[in-house]
Amino acid sequence: MGATDMRSATMSVLVENESGVLARVIGLFSGRGYNIDSLTVAPVERDGSKSRITIVTQGTEMVIEQIKAQLDRLVPVYKVLDLSEGPHLSRELALIKVLGTGEKRAEALRLADAFRARVIDATTESFTFELTGATDKLDAFLDLMRPVGLAEVSRTGVAAIARGVKTIG
Amino acid sequence: MDGTIQGSEVMNSGAEAILRALKAQGVDTIFGYPGGAVLPLYDAIFQQNEIRHILVRHEQAAVHAAEGYARSTGKVGCVLVTSGPGATNAVTGLVDALMDSIPLVCLTGQVPTHLIGNDAFQEADTTGITRQATKHNYLVKRSEDLVRVIHEAFHVARTGRPGPVVVDLPKDILIAPAPYREPSSAPHRSYRPRTEPDQNRIEEAVALLKRSARPIVYAGGGVINAGPEAARLLTEFVRMTGFPCTNTLMGLGAFPASDGQFVGMLGMHGTYEANLAMHDCDVMLNLGARFDDRVTGNLKFFSPNSKKIHADIDPANINKSVVVDVAIVGDALAVLKGLIAAWKKDSTQQDRAALAQWWQQIDVWRSKNSLRYTQKRDPGSIIKPQYAVEQLFKATRGRETFVTTEVGQHQMWAAQYFKFEKPNHWMTSGGLGTMGYGLPAAMGVQVAHPDALVIDIAGEASILMNIQEMGTLAQYRLPVKIFILNNKYMGMVRQWQELLHGSRYSSSYSEALPDFVKLAESFHAVGLRAEKVEDLDRVIAEMLAVDRPVICDICVDEKENVYPMIPSGAPHNEMLLGPEHSASDNKPGVSDAGMALV
Repeated sequence: MGATDMRSATMSVLVENESGVLARVIGLFSGRGYNIDSLTVAPVERDGSKSRITIVTQGTEMVIEQIKAQLDRLVPVYKVLDLSEGPHLSRELALIKVLGTGEKRAEALRLADAFRARVIDATTESFTFELTGATDKLDAFLDLMRPVGLAEVSRTGVAAIARGVKTIG
Repeated sequence: MDGTIQGSEVMNSGAEAILRALKAQGVDTIFGYPGGAVLPLYDAIFQQNEIRHILVRHEQAAVHAAEGYARSTGKVGCVLVTSGPGATNAVTGLVDALMDSIPLVCLTGQVPTHLIGNDAFQEADTTGITRQATKHNYLVKRSEDLVRVIHEAFHVARTGRPGPVVVDLPKDILIAPAPYREPSSAPHRSYRPRTEPDQNRIEEAVALLKRSARPIVYAGGGVINAGPEAARLLTEFVRMTGFPCTNTLMGLGAFPASDGQFVGMLGMHGTYEANLAMHDCDVMLNLGARFDDRVTGNLKFFSPNSKKIHADIDPANINKSVVVDVAIVGDALAVLKGLIAAWKKDSTQQDRAALAQWWQQIDVWRSKNSLRYTQKRDPGSIIKPQYAVEQLFKATRGRETFVTTEVGQHQMWAAQYFKFEKPNHWMTSGGLGTMGYGLPAAMGVQVAHPDALVIDIAGEASILMNIQEMGTLAQYRLPVKIFILNNKYMGMVRQWQELLHGSRYSSSYSEALPDFVKLAESFHAVGLRAEKVEDLDRVIAEMLAVDRPVICDICVDEKENVYPMIPSGAPHNEMLLGPEHSASDNKPGVSDAGMALV
């Protein structure tokens, strides 16, 4: 890969679950001009002492190496893993509200079925679907739903993990 | 102290617990300024004698003073300021210390925990404001965390790449009893900086260096931060290899300036030979420097044909702007030990003939004498600023001398003409370029070294940015010498306007300057002035003879520029030499892209 080629990277960052840690990570990205395409954070230890932040970002190989190194030097950071260096799984969850009646409503249901989206709420004029999948699957579903009455979306951002026995610990 | 709980003593107040922790961390001096939120700490300071408090006149100065203290001693500097404006005034100093990797702990007062977020009097979101201004920061919300956080703050400040750490202390935490524990030797949960280099990388580096024909050693502030032993080993390594050595602005003193293998400072205002050697070398060894834009110039043309070895304690500095061939993560001392051992072990013979030829080339560059200037000696002649620094240097030789600077032309002249043989004797604001740094930094140095000669080489514009600290010098009888190169301009701004903006001197002339002699006297100091070349040596001698703070107002040539100079956006080998050099030596200057650079 050339020095100027951009690529997407999915970073997993294991951090001390303390006040301000997310601001530190986000401040690093804004202060140094890095992109954030997606950001997810939640505690992952049983005692709530550690959180896992998943960040999808873009940059040249040199910038991505920089981002890793910059994240790694933050005091409350335990581990930084660039999952996109190897095989990994990425999933997002979206809640999608579609409004409509008649044939459009039936079409929305058919599409949802094809994507294995679940109906989690319904009224005579609306459906709310729950859909889990890779980012591009969610994007494709939303594109299809737009003409049949897409009204509102809430997405979680990406959660990701390496395939196989590899762990972040 | 009332009894023990779980192996820890409970102190009567958080303030007492903090002072005990500071003593355990080796703090003997705090630079600070009181206010409502920190009154309990000031009360505790009043009731003990082991830690001395130096009352500054502005919180920014407290931080710079702690920087001067830290840089001249190798210890962690300690600052205490109040909430709100106390903390916000300290921010410039914190960023300065962050950029130059200076270890500090800054304690800031905060409104009581129950008022946080209420827009209380003198409340500011200090941890929010200083998050990007520090290596790390803490807000202490529970008394049981207080002492652990103080100990941890010192550990974080001094280890790895050093830097400033803020501990924000709500007033109720200072008042309530708090448990005390001694510093723990257990490793930190998440923070574990790497200091020991990878032996394989060291051997790769030595293999490259042994086979080099045109090598150069480029050493920076990391060698100073690694302690005097690292500077000693750098000198040993450079001498055993026969390589030329250049220092960054931050690294001056890491290698003795009087040594024949020293080619001077490099970078925008570095020597011709240092920059040309960087440009033409075939193997570059960077020890504890960070390829700063003042050093590299235009990255596209930076040392285009060299293999680069970069040793740095901060992995984020490696491949940040310059892609290197061998990356060594580690403390400069450990790296130098490794390099020396590996050099002795590697049986490859150096190409001595090639090295001799390289030195011949360097000597040709050297013979240009890029720092040349002309001082007229007839009575009544105007003083050249370069001459003033050279005469100051000559007059102080043989004395234990520390030099600080403000920021601008005088800073560059000090770096070019004052020669440093030892580390920790030169403190300047390198990364942030903070005008107003020099006087408070000199104060901190003088507090740490009461018997030494401490000189702030200043400009008349910069010095006014923290001139209030003259009061601190008087109060604590700190005999700091302020040597102002007074050209009545913000000289570096004026120089850039002359070279880049058609000599339109927009807002760079210092109208209505004070009479610095009277100003000195009003602050209980000695004021001296040199107007003509024949005054200079006498004024310097008088200044050095006085055991009191002195301001020397040295009236210098207003139009003098700093040369040599690599114009913004230009490669190293298109360096501008001064007017002393013939026009054919100078290629014209600055590209459009270069105009946008600072």
